[in-house]
Amino acid sequence: MKAKMARVPVREQDPKVRATNFDEVCYGYNAEEAQAEASRCINCKNPKCVTQCPVSIKIPQFIEQIKLGNIAEAAHIIAEDNSLPAVCGRVCPQESQCEGVCILGIKGEPVAIGKLERFVADWSRKNGVKCVETAPSNGTKVAIVGSGPAGLACASDLAKLGYEVTIFEVLHKAGGVLQYGIPEFRLPKEEVVEAEIDNVCALGVKIETNVVVGRTITVDELFDKENFKAVFIGSGAGLPKFMGIPGENLNGVFSANEFLTRSNLMGAYSGETDTPIYTGTKVAVVGGGNVAMDAARTALRLGAVTTIVYRRTEKELPARVEEVHHAKEEGIDFRMLTNPVEILGNDNGWVTGLKCIKMELGEPDDSGRRRPVPVAGSEFDIEADVVIMALGTSPNPLIANTTVGLDTNRYGCIIADDLGATSRPGVFAGGDAVTGAATVILAMGAGRKAAAAIDEYLKK
Amino acid sequence: MYKIVKKEFLTPIICLMDVEAPRLAAAAQPGQFLIVRAREQGERIPLTICDYNRKNGTVTIVTQIVGASSRLICHLEEGDCFTDLVGPLGIPSEFVNWKDEEFAGKKFLFVAGGLGTAPVYPQVKYLHSKGAYVDVIMGARNSDLLIFEKEMREVCDNLYICTDDGSKGVKGFVTDMIDKIMLDGNTYDQAVAIGPMVMMKFTTLTMKKYNVPLTVSLNTIMVDGTGMCGACRVTVGGKTRFACVEGPEFDAYQVDFDEAMRRQSMYREFEIEADHKCKLGLHE
Repeated sequence: MKAKMARVPVREQDPKVRATNFDEVCYGYNAEEAQAEASRCINCKNPKCVTQCPVSIKIPQFIEQIKLGNIAEAAHIIAEDNSLPAVCGRVCPQESQCEGVCILGIKGEPVAIGKLERFVADWSRKNGVKCVETAPSNGTKVAIVGSGPAGLACASDLAKLGYEVTIFEVLHKAGGVLQYGIPEFRLPKEEVVEAEIDNVCALGVKIETNVVVGRTITVDELFDKENFKAVFIGSGAGLPKFMGIPGENLNGVFSANEFLTRSNLMGAYSGETDTPIYTGTKVAVVGGGNVAMDAARTALRLGAVTTIVYRRTEKELPARVEEVHHAKEEGIDFRMLTNPVEILGNDNGWVTGLKCIKMELGEPDDSGRRRPVPVAGSEFDIEADVVIMALGTSPNPLIANTTVGLDTNRYGCIIADDLGATSRPGVFAGGDAVTGAATVILAMGAGRKAAAAIDEYLKK
Repeated sequence: MYKIVKKEFLTPIICLMDVEAPRLAAAAQPGQFLIVRAREQGERIPLTICDYNRKNGTVTIVTQIVGASSRLICHLEEGDCFTDLVGPLGIPSEFVNWKDEEFAGKKFLFVAGGLGTAPVYPQVKYLHSKGAYVDVIMGARNSDLLIFEKEMREVCDNLYICTDDGSKGVKGFVTDMIDKIMLDGNTYDQAVAIGPMVMMKFTTLTMKKYNVPLTVSLNTIMVDGTGMCGACRVTVGGKTRFACVEGPEFDAYQVDFDEAMRRQSMYREFEIEADHKCKLGLHE
């Protein structure tokens, strides 16, 4: 029975070796491995996997083509729904989406859908497969704010429908969080991110970098001066949160955003660019999400002994299981049920450590997770010369503040309906700018929905 | 790419450039800044917007050679391009929102330290064009660091110059000059100080004696300059603020300057090392 065959393991760089370099951790499947893994798919009549995919990739169909050895065809099937398959194959939380509902997962391991998607995308890139079918231009201009996952997904769909799409990006490189946030060892920049963005541009999408919408040009000016007929805001959630505890402004305390932006976007990890990064020798990362893992694993690779400090238990870690597993393999120390109450410093104003308190889990809170409560009198110190705060992010208020009639909620998130329509006619929004920090693929899903809604709106 | 259409050394170590950036030039306001990258592997460097020409689509920036990155900028020539140039960033000066009739009779005192003259100039020019009364103190370590004297004179009512070594104007610090002007009986509705952090700190201490509202523009460390990284955080009125998106201008009396100076020095070791390498590479 094919179905009972075990999942084909994916090859990875040895943990000891990869802890000292920035090369990709996971090598991905080769053609033989991909075909073997694809053959495990039983091609369900009502494929549940598709229902859990935020962009509704036709999963059984593309896997069927891998089985048959038609990788280029598989690529075309994926491209109908996903413009960034090599990215998603690497960073989507498949375990809680498509693979989480795979029938094979009930008694054994689900089909490795993410790794198969990645294989198809990587193979296509290396073999020059182009998926650039678009409708003829309809001459209607649509502006997109932000070149992250939401913006790229929205732009791709609109370009395929024939719209003239321009993406405005505030940074000097396109990609948003794919570029500044996720490290090279999880998501190679030149080989994967830039190549997939080039594919989006091949659909006719223009990307203008170094434009601060809200400052360089306002949303109103996009309509009035530049003749755009609709605007999609996918500006993400870029503002870092801090704890508000004493010592947070000491030298050596960084937001994960700063640390990762220096390393990723500015290339400081390579040692070959002008932007400095301060790593110290002992790094404490506060937080338990994917960003915390990325910051910790970056610090480790730059030579620091690294500890993750999290106030709940390992079970509640919001990071993907795979990331936690990789971080542990590489030698990162996890201090669970630990919460900083103060950052300690020396007379020169540099960090020397964290004063923490032990926590225990109490009654469930609104989110259903058991609330961590401090254990009285349990304070202790952790030595550190760098502290990185990875506590989440919130949307940048700039666009909402400079766009009359665009409503936000009390967290600063732009208010939009399920299809992305905001309080301003013609202005749509999606991704982290609407939901607060979430995943790449949810942002892409929102971008796609908004693209369909923009098409409807402009056809009226 | 952003082409340098004019380059001129104002002093041996201070360089002025007009750069093509039509969108930025159209949107820039007094009080705002921009970020440049001189080359592909370059840092993002925040610089003040010294002037803008909406018709020609150019912005004027002024750079003082203090380290590797500023040296790189000053080595670019007319016809060369900046890899990146983004802005305007930050909140414009408050008076940009005033109605025209509000400027008449308003008296301003600007205190410019060294390169701080560059961001002071567009503010003074703007206020002068609106009919406000503006006095300016320009101070520097020596005459080599004084810029824009002629331009400033054209747009202000009184210009006071001082240098630490007396090589130009009165010998002394800007704080001495403030004392002198105030003791002469001058009064102002608003003062603005822009320059090195330490100069702004002492200007704040001095000005406090005279009970004049004072605004400072903070040149903190920044990476993205759009609110993403928090490298620029400063304590203002006991609260952490991001200079890039909530500033760069703040009420001087609320700023924790000692913390700001300490944070500004965070990468000094890297800067010294980079500057050594840069000098070797560029055969200074």
